[in-house]
Amino acid sequence: MFEQFKTRAEGVSAEVHRFATNAEALDFLVGFLRAEGVADQSGQYGVFADCPFLATIDRRQLEEVVGLWFEVTRDRAAGAKIGISQMDWALADTGTLVQDATAVDKRLVSTLPTIHVALIATSGLRPDMPTLLGEARPDNAGYLAMITGPSRTADIERVLTIGVHGPERLVIVFVDQLGGTN
Amino acid sequence: MQQEFKQSIDKALHNANLTGALGKFSEAYKVNRAKAYEGIDFEELRGIIATLKSYAASHLVELSEQFQKNAEARGAKVFRTNDPAKVREYILKVAQDNGVKSIVKSKSMATEEIHLNPYLEKAGIEVNETDLGEWIIQLAGQTPSHMVMPAIHMTKEEVADIFSKEVDERLSSDIPRLVKVARNELRPKFLRADMGISGGNIAVAETGSITLVTNEGNARLVTSLPKIHIALVGIEKLVAHFSDIAPILKALPRSATAQLLTSYVSIITGPTPNSDGSMKELHIILMDNHRSEMAADPMFKEAMQCIRCASCLNVCPIFRLVGGHVFGKVYTGGIGTILTAWYDELQSSEYIQGLCIQCGACKDVCPAKIDIPGMIMEIRRRLVKKQGVPLLQKSIYAVVNNRRVFHGMLRAASVAGKPFSKGTKFIRHLPMFLADLTDGRSLPAIAAKPFRDVFKTIDQPKNLQEKAVFYGGCLIDFAYPEMGEALVKILNKAGIEVLFPEDQTCCGAPARYNGAYEVAAQNARDNIEALLAEQATYVVSACPTCTVALNHEFITTFESLGQSNIMPRARELAAKTVDFSTLVKKLIDEGRLTLKDGQHLGKITYHDSCHLKRTLHAEQAPRQLLQQAGYELSEMFECDTCCGMGGSYSLKLPEISAPILQRKLKNIKDTGAPLVAMDCPGCVMQIRGGMDQDGAPVRVQHTAELIAAQLKD
Repeated sequence: MFEQFKTRAEGVSAEVHRFATNAEALDFLVGFLRAEGVADQSGQYGVFADCPFLATIDRRQLEEVVGLWFEVTRDRAAGAKIGISQMDWALADTGTLVQDATAVDKRLVSTLPTIHVALIATSGLRPDMPTLLGEARPDNAGYLAMITGPSRTADIERVLTIGVHGPERLVIVFVDQLGGTN
Repeated sequence: MQQEFKQSIDKALHNANLTGALGKFSEAYKVNRAKAYEGIDFEELRGIIATLKSYAASHLVELSEQFQKNAEARGAKVFRTNDPAKVREYILKVAQDNGVKSIVKSKSMATEEIHLNPYLEKAGIEVNETDLGEWIIQLAGQTPSHMVMPAIHMTKEEVADIFSKEVDERLSSDIPRLVKVARNELRPKFLRADMGISGGNIAVAETGSITLVTNEGNARLVTSLPKIHIALVGIEKLVAHFSDIAPILKALPRSATAQLLTSYVSIITGPTPNSDGSMKELHIILMDNHRSEMAADPMFKEAMQCIRCASCLNVCPIFRLVGGHVFGKVYTGGIGTILTAWYDELQSSEYIQGLCIQCGACKDVCPAKIDIPGMIMEIRRRLVKKQGVPLLQKSIYAVVNNRRVFHGMLRAASVAGKPFSKGTKFIRHLPMFLADLTDGRSLPAIAAKPFRDVFKTIDQPKNLQEKAVFYGGCLIDFAYPEMGEALVKILNKAGIEVLFPEDQTCCGAPARYNGAYEVAAQNARDNIEALLAEQATYVVSACPTCTVALNHEFITTFESLGQSNIMPRARELAAKTVDFSTLVKKLIDEGRLTLKDGQHLGKITYHDSCHLKRTLHAEQAPRQLLQQAGYELSEMFECDTCCGMGGSYSLKLPEISAPILQRKLKNIKDTGAPLVAMDCPGCVMQIRGGMDQDGAPVRVQHTAELIAAQLKD
């Protein structure tokens, strides 16, 4: 399923990475934040929505990144270059990420910044939407959010343009250690 | 109004930007849509959608109540109303009660339908559309021309001009740069808005959830940033089960924009926390506005199945020429014509319904299995019932139905080529009618002898065991008797005697397509009597429009008029009726007919006639016949796009018919084939006439004539 997901997601301009361990994923994240120049100034912040991944790693490495915030406010998210959150499911047949985004910070970090980095446990892969809807019931999720590639429009002369109101880059990071393999 | 309508068509046709953009888009759309549906059983999928939406349309009250109960249990406020005015008042009241100064909106056709923006603005509230296309037309002071792509009629230069004014800086027409400008301009509006208004693509009764489908991410912001969210949802968006979301989400993006899924889908169930820790105020308005009346009408209930993908616009040969604004201010294209007739009033569709050429392309791609052309016909019928058939048309039918008089008149007109002496209204108007006919294509010479007379001179072999009744139809009878002769020759060769009942009359298509169902029903009765009087295995026609009349439309015409006593006879005729190519292919497959061996007849291209392909689904038979005969088939681009004839359509709206024909001629010529075949004498008339004026050395033939020349002795 991972390979199918990767093909589909890359087909809609997402970037897909996969790591075996949480530590490797963390190294990638730190490197990415530095490479993108995350800093303590509006427009360059990083915002990290609370998620299970954060509980599995040694946060100190991340806390060393200046300008990266774990308390997500509207203003910080609006001034962020990078938003990081963990998704709950991934749909192989469309390259879609799915999240119970009832907590608003999860939506702020994945919508307002220029780049969204989406962590996902490899075990969250599902073949398709019908399978997902059997599992992700709205009974306890007030806001189920699906994301397939970066924000896009073709409203001017049908020319595809990436990055309108949402992120212009979607970086997907699969982590096997976060749960199972697919 | 008629004048105004014609002027709006004229304006659209002369807008090169519009026709260029739409033309390019419609070409790319077909290819991309097909790709998006690869590996998916479209018929199965649309069957599922039609079933679940049809169920919802039959249970509107029940599902609305269930939705309300479940959404309210989750903390949403649900307001149900039939009245657009009440919707506007409700939204304004919520805004005023909460001191709302600024609103951001994601795309919602329902808010367009009730003209919400000007109402709120008049009350002093700032309203900002945030979907890029909607924002462009809001700034331009226009209305959407397309349900999914509201600004498809505008060029990047026009957008640059509009944005330049907004940001007070001269912008170039670089599209990525323009998109950035929109992002930067709209971001502060999102952040300061105290209310967000959205539509809803799907409303789930079982859970009280609404689903929003977008690409830009604006709906996520509209539903996340402001503390109040109002979703305006038409009740046709209701479905019973949460699992119903999946098939709709499988079809909607594929059909709308040829995507596997849009960038964002949000399923919202009850209010969620705001960023300051408070709870959002969520209002969901379920709006009826004549929808339940539509659902209660058996002829229109199917329209409730619409998932608003707009694929009927994207494949429409008329829409791609004239764009959306000709159709009116809110819902455009095929489905828009139907929605306008209901949400507004029947009268509002008086002129726009005439834009439909009945080619059936939209019905073929509709993911909700809606018979759009069928419903437009029904609108036509109801309009005619209300207003009567215009006098000129009525007198034409009177003449058309009298075969001898009709032939005599056409013949006289084509030979004399000068106005008729004063007499009936029809005669006085005929010269004008003929003048329109020759606009962009030549009129066929009317045969000196109609087929009904030629037929008597044909010496058919004696003692043939099987019999087939030949239904000629106007064009073969009066203009192209040689097609009839070819058919007789072929069937005789297969051991079938051809009978031509003299009392057969017009198939009723011209009357039916103009809404004159009573006239069509009389035609149907006369033909049933004439054609069933003979004992024969088949009733065969070499005109797909006539074939469809005989095996589909007689029945539906009687159904529309509630005439059930004749139904068994109509069904008997339908069961016997077969189109030329299907019958001949069958005879060859059965070994009753053999074509010459080893012929190399060179390149040919084939034009699909609308009724043959989309109603009879017989597009393979003629291709196989021609290839078996020894032709090398070279498919043209858009082989199944209408040629623009559409019966009397080319008379009523020649300005639209002509450019459609020009496209067809170009596509034929581009194959380099010196010969184009088709199964419809109407298409032959249109395309042969067009080629004649064009001067290209391409022969235009009915399949029957080509096959008759290749029979083995």
